[in-house]
Amino acid sequence: MTTPHTRVGRPRPTGNNFELYSWYFFRISGLLLILLAVTHVVIMHVVNNVSQIDFNFVAHRWGSPFWRSFDWLLLILALLHGFNGARLSVDDYIRNRGWRIFAHSVIWSALIIFIVLGTIAIVTFNPASFSNATASAGR
Amino acid sequence: MLSWALHRISGLGVLAFLLLHIVDIFLVGYGPGPFNDLLFLYRNPIFRIGEIVLVGAVYYHAANGVRIILIDFWPAAYKIERQLYYIAMAVFLIGFAATAAVMIADMF
Repeated sequence: MTTPHTRVGRPRPTGNNFELYSWYFFRISGLLLILLAVTHVVIMHVVNNVSQIDFNFVAHRWGSPFWRSFDWLLLILALLHGFNGARLSVDDYIRNRGWRIFAHSVIWSALIIFIVLGTIAIVTFNPASFSNATASAGR
Repeated sequence: MLSWALHRISGLGVLAFLLLHIVDIFLVGYGPGPFNDLLFLYRNPIFRIGEIVLVGAVYYHAANGVRIILIDFWPAAYKIERQLYYIAMAVFLIGFAATAAVMIADMF
């Protein structure tokens, strides 16, 4: 460790471009995600027990706009952070031009598809529309 | 560098799980019947062990990620790089041991 600039992650990209912003995005979203994801893990697996979690648990939780927003933020940041990493991995490991086009197409498509799926699930969830006598969040 | 490889592997692994997770939660929109039926999958012991591995991947990725951020933005960090690595691994192991203990206990 004699050089002052030993690296762990990638060096910060030079220039004022997408790569620079994605480099900063990784770090900023990463810190936010630690808060969001660890809270999520603790709520689901420590405070509660996965075997207790069912439709009513979700309905009760998503009765609160705070938790819906929290979960949506976790969704968006995790997808963007994760797929940005997948994009870099493709750039590092896939050399063939045809396969690169394919891989990047898959990544961008999957990103959009999963943002839409997750957003629909969170925003349109309405437990009152199910004739469930024990639903506690139907208002 | 092994920590970098694990960072990537844990990240891609968590991403793969996340995609599955979005699909399964999407089912909540179909009502208590289909959603609760699907949950039997998640109560399978093999899946419960997979969840513990997943939590490990999340915690490792987070702890190592904070180390990366510190080295990126704190100019003096290079002086204590080795110690930062040990601290990151300690944070990971302690957090993971605590969470895994609860998750394993909940399996019985």
